[in-house]
Amino acid sequence: MERIPILKMGSFLLVTIQVDMHDQLAMNLQDDLTMKISSTGAKAVLIDISALDIVDSFIGRMLAGIAGMARILDAQTVVVGMQPAVAITLVELGLSLDGIKTALNVDRGMTLLRRSLSLSGDEDGSSDEAIYDLEESSVIPVGT
Amino acid sequence: MLVRKRVKEVAVRLGFGIIDQTKIVTAASELARNTLEYGLGGDVELQSLENEKGKAGLSLTFVDQGPGIADLKLALTDGYTSGKGMGMGLSGSKRLMSEFKIDSDVGKGTRVTVTKWK
Repeated sequence: MERIPILKMGSFLLVTIQVDMHDQLAMNLQDDLTMKISSTGAKAVLIDISALDIVDSFIGRMLAGIAGMARILDAQTVVVGMQPAVAITLVELGLSLDGIKTALNVDRGMTLLRRSLSLSGDEDGSSDEAIYDLEESSVIPVGT
Repeated sequence: MLVRKRVKEVAVRLGFGIIDQTKIVTAASELARNTLEYGLGGDVELQSLENEKGKAGLSLTFVDQGPGIADLKLALTDGYTSGKGMGMGLSGSKRLMSEFKIDSDVGKGTRVTVTKWK
């Protein structure tokens, strides 16, 4: 039975979707993630969809399902790497992915998470480098 | 799904841009899923078109001999689903394409035709 691999990075879990998902695979992924979040106490799941040209309502449903389940287990969900054409299509399709944060790539996604997790006072075991990562996204350089 | 690959190939060949390609294939994905899940299987026909002004278009027709849709107006509303979907398939496809036509009756199956002009 094929399963999508789930990678653990500190207190985050990373999943990369690269293949066409059919019902069983999607359900397996949701189940596997539930087990993994629960057993590792992960604070967030990053779902990398940069390889997906098409995101239809089936995938949307799966992402919403994962986010809902993660929330119950006190973990956030960030979808990263959405292709521009996919973003436009999703908006027109009318799919609202409530409760799902998005980020351009895995790096930004993790920065986003570290920031929101440290604001809520959670310890995620990462170094202070995270704070400096935020500066890279602003245009005005802080005076040296 | 094979439908997605085939539709994408034709869309590319007809010269649709990447955004339109994505919209067409996504709409096709939604409708094909409907045909499979609710229509219990069916056929899809692709046809390349050209209007009086020489503009190219692609039409997709999904036909099934399934149970049919009792209340079309209800089926076309956002968020309505008789299954476990998100209720965006029909209304979403309508938004993604240039033209949308649906014929369905209880016991007679369903026929959905969508067209995208360049």
